[in-house]
Amino acid sequence: MLTLENVSFEVHDDKGQKEIIKHINLTVDDHRFVVITGPNGGGKSTLAKLIAGIEQPGEGKIWFDGVDITHKSITERANLGISFAFQQPVRFKGIQVLDLIRLAAKKNLTPVEACQYLSEVGLCARDYINREVNASLSGGELKRIEIATVLARATKMSVFDEPEAGIDLWSFQNLIQVFEHMRQVTDGSILIISHQERILNIADEIVVIADGQITAQGPREEVLPTLLGTPSAVDACEKFSRGGVRA
Amino acid sequence: MTDRIQQNILEEVADLRTVPEGAYNIRANGQMAGRNSTANIRISTKTGANGIDIHIQPGTRNESVHIPVVISESGIEETVYNDFYIGADSDVVIVAGCGIHNGGDLDSRHDGLHRFYVGKNARVKYVEKHYGEGDGRGKRVMNPGTEIYMEEGSSMEMEMVQIKGVDSTCRKTTARLAAGAALVVRERLLTHGSQEAVSDYVVSLDGEDASADVVSRSVAKDDSYQKFDSQIVGNARCTGHTECDAIIMGNARILAVPQLEANNIDAALIHEAAIGKIAGEQIIKLMTLGLTEEEAEAQIVSGFLK
Repeated sequence: MLTLENVSFEVHDDKGQKEIIKHINLTVDDHRFVVITGPNGGGKSTLAKLIAGIEQPGEGKIWFDGVDITHKSITERANLGISFAFQQPVRFKGIQVLDLIRLAAKKNLTPVEACQYLSEVGLCARDYINREVNASLSGGELKRIEIATVLARATKMSVFDEPEAGIDLWSFQNLIQVFEHMRQVTDGSILIISHQERILNIADEIVVIADGQITAQGPREEVLPTLLGTPSAVDACEKFSRGGVRA
Repeated sequence: MTDRIQQNILEEVADLRTVPEGAYNIRANGQMAGRNSTANIRISTKTGANGIDIHIQPGTRNESVHIPVVISESGIEETVYNDFYIGADSDVVIVAGCGIHNGGDLDSRHDGLHRFYVGKNARVKYVEKHYGEGDGRGKRVMNPGTEIYMEEGSSMEMEMVQIKGVDSTCRKTTARLAAGAALVVRERLLTHGSQEAVSDYVVSLDGEDASADVVSRSVAKDDSYQKFDSQIVGNARCTGHTECDAIIMGNARILAVPQLEANNIDAALIHEAAIGKIAGEQIIKLMTLGLTEEEAEAQIVSGFLK
């Protein structure tokens, strides 16, 4: 279980202090699929980074399975069981997809074992396993490899920061299926930052963050109807959803 | 034949645990420590100079030559001339390499000067590893010089590796390529402490459709210094590419000087050079997989130099 207790975060710039996260209280119970949505600039990604330890809160506490992780490093949190998928996956010259999946799994997986994770995210594993995680991969391919590393870790808590950002429509449709599948098979909790209606549609719980605060929170059935038609729950593409360009 | 320190170095530079198959010449502390010629590959001692001649018969296929050099006594300084005559239509692997264990206070130096005469349509894979160890105050110095003459249609792939342990190195490589010849160079270099490494390439593409691809990936740590000077000269219709990609760490310094010279309207030449530190987000990503900052850095470096 993950608990944020009165968590605040501010940045200092030329104009002075700016509060990004304002006294947020949030609990993600075990085995839950929670989607955080809300307008751009509202603090969602910052919240995800606070959970992973990439940013440190100015105020408040973060608990994970009864352990105070507020001042724990990224590495310590990762080893306690928190995974984080970047909004913009990082490229590495020389490191192959197989290396990255092995690092994630903390096991010297055989190529066949590693391929399973790639297949789960819809990549034809044989074509990718020896590829370098460098600029030769497209945004959509990188995104899926990023998700595969989180799958390989199989931790209690997986945080995904806008998995739909920066990928093409075609890849997005496949990505939704990946999350739908994960929803069914995963044992841990999943926390996704997303605006996408189809991702919100498979949530147990929806949290809306605007201006650094939680403005709505509850079961999907209650929260989603209030969001439809707003930027917090958008279609990937209206035409696409109507089947206009489906191939 | 060799002692344990020497065995260890042989493993590092030539992956040799036992006597190699095929032709070989092992040089230890300035002396021949073992040699074998085969029906197709003849190794003989040079007359008038320190070193060996390696003659590979035309049409020799799937054979290998190992010529490792080991120095385990402090204070040995030597210059060795090795000439390779690679017959037409042959297809061979040549594994060179030099390892110095210096546990004393005197400098140890090996300057290996190699000349390759690659015959028509021959294919050569050349692997050269440098390795240094030992805790003496004496320096470990290697200055390899390589001259390559490639005849029509021949190809050569060179893998040059120097990961740690060599205090000072100045590598000079020149190549002249006839029509249709292809040269590929992959250099990997890691310097640390106060080491200095200079790599200097001059590749002349003299014949129609000759091609060269000279790529260096390097990491400079601590107070070390690296210079990569790669020149490709296009004297005919040809294609050439040279690239230096370096990670800089600590107080290291790197100078990359890729140069192109086109003396023919149909010479197509490209160079690229990039120097930068490890990106913070790369470290963060690996930390989210449970690695410490130090482990993340080591992974990024070893992946980069793989």
